[in-house]
Amino acid sequence: MTGARPKVVRSSLAKAPTGIKGLDEVTGGGLPKGRVTLVCGSAGCGKSLFAMEFLVHGAVRYGEPGVCMDFEETEAKLRANVASLGFDLRELTKRKKLLVDFVSVERNKIAETGEYNLDGLFIRLAHAVKAIKAKRVVLDSIEALFSGLVDSTILRAELRRLFHWLEEHKLTAVVTGEAGERTLTRHGLEEYIADCVIALDHRVTEQISTRRLRVVKYRGTSHGTDEYPFLIDREGISVVPITSLELAHKASTDRVSTGIPALDDMMEGKGFFRGSSVLVSGSSGTGKSSLAASFTRAACARGEVCLYFAFEESPSQILRNMRSVGINLEPWIKKRILHFHAMRPTSIGLEAHLAVVHKLIERFQPKVVVIDPITNLVSDSGTHSIKSMLMRLVDFLKVEQITSMFTNLTFSGDPQERTAAAVSSLMDTWIVLRDSKPNGRPRRELYVLKSRGMAHSREPRELIVSDRGIELGKVLRDHSLATPVKGPGGVAVPE
Amino acid sequence: MKRSTSKRRPAKTKRADFYRLRLYIAGQTPNSIAAIGNLKKICEDKLRGKYRIEVVDLLKKPQLAKGDQIIAIPTLVRRLPPPVKKIIGNLSKTESVIVGLDLKPLR
Repeated sequence: MTGARPKVVRSSLAKAPTGIKGLDEVTGGGLPKGRVTLVCGSAGCGKSLFAMEFLVHGAVRYGEPGVCMDFEETEAKLRANVASLGFDLRELTKRKKLLVDFVSVERNKIAETGEYNLDGLFIRLAHAVKAIKAKRVVLDSIEALFSGLVDSTILRAELRRLFHWLEEHKLTAVVTGEAGERTLTRHGLEEYIADCVIALDHRVTEQISTRRLRVVKYRGTSHGTDEYPFLIDREGISVVPITSLELAHKASTDRVSTGIPALDDMMEGKGFFRGSSVLVSGSSGTGKSSLAASFTRAACARGEVCLYFAFEESPSQILRNMRSVGINLEPWIKKRILHFHAMRPTSIGLEAHLAVVHKLIERFQPKVVVIDPITNLVSDSGTHSIKSMLMRLVDFLKVEQITSMFTNLTFSGDPQERTAAAVSSLMDTWIVLRDSKPNGRPRRELYVLKSRGMAHSREPRELIVSDRGIELGKVLRDHSLATPVKGPGGVAVPE
Repeated sequence: MKRSTSKRRPAKTKRADFYRLRLYIAGQTPNSIAAIGNLKKICEDKLRGKYRIEVVDLLKKPQLAKGDQIIAIPTLVRRLPPPVKKIIGNLSKTESVIVGLDLKPLR
């Protein structure tokens, strides 16, 4: 399990924080200070936004004014990028925090009549840097020069000189580059950048888009080669953060009710540990959502903020269904204690979903998080990737001491059950729900398959869902979850 | 700083035939010195009495680089007659200069 734990860059090199959520954790503090970083990727991967975030956050938060040499003639786009970060380009320019020089490069090659160099560009850059005492520079994208200049020998020598110049002047720079067919960038800019290369990727597989960030190179700093999922939304880029590097989170001895007194009784009469993770698995219609709703209601009643992620049904549908079993969650929504967030699982990729989950948790600071169901996230990705992603999420929740409940839909004989088994190892408590028909009478069964750190009941109980909510019946002697204990789908679980 | 090295504009030259050229340099580098020399020679050969050269040293006036979108040094801009044309290099390849500036031969 520790092998899959994300590696994180550590070093004592001076770093310039980017202010991009999650990235500074991944890079051990930011980009190499006073050095040039190449950010590359295909069109629409978020390079320009990355560069502008680095610049704007640098100027506003870290007191490092920045110069942007924009080679793309896209003032509107640049203004929009800055606005998306909550700032006005004109205002920042007026306050001398930011200076943008729009460099227009002719699309057609300029006639060359002999030797030349790029002193014009150097002078413009130096002039801008001096004007606002800039500490950061963005060149987006300097590759545009390749379309205007014929002599690539001169151009390459000048680029090398430019990057040296930036370092000589102790400027922390981000240079963007378009992804090439076989090389990182179309014009091989990576050859000139010795210190740090970050690749952004925007993949669309089966109509699901996923963005990933990878630190390709980071000299003087050990770094993971993991790909980190990231998200672009109205507030810019967020890389899924890895908050827990070791298993250092404190295990709470505080307990929280499951919302069902009889289930609390099965767990030493006290319920779950605060900050623990709970998996509720079962086939369709076994009452997973009802269990989650009971848990949610109890938390709301304690005045704890809850965040409920619905991946299958709309919030109104969930509310209606829950009302029918006597659980009314609406007042808590009105009181802003309960927050629903519904997403169609296929609308974006798994990583993006998890990134959204992280962001909302940071925004609402909940004490309880419900993800209902996690199955829909799992279905479109390999078991390994879901496990490593979930591990990060579960770690994050534990560090924040957030009690979490994940429901998981199972079908007997379905490969998804293997996922349940893989996921379950991350969970502290695993509650199994199951339909059975002993003597032809259908009933639901509940069983606490595991619950770490407590002497929980191992006896299956009947689960009774009525318009008064969830209740547990007597201990079942003729239960279908017969010994030896098996997880859903017949996966033997070590006791 | 603008430095004029032109001949005085003769009163009778038609505006359409008159060349206003601006040469951007950055200090007295070999390429800059070569470009000034080459340009003067070409103008005397091809445009005698019908041109004016303005040399802009960006080391002294860096703020002027933006206006004409100067990247390379030396850059020569034909400001008149329209349309504006731009060529780069030390102007040692005379043919390229003539083509690039679209110079009409002396009549």
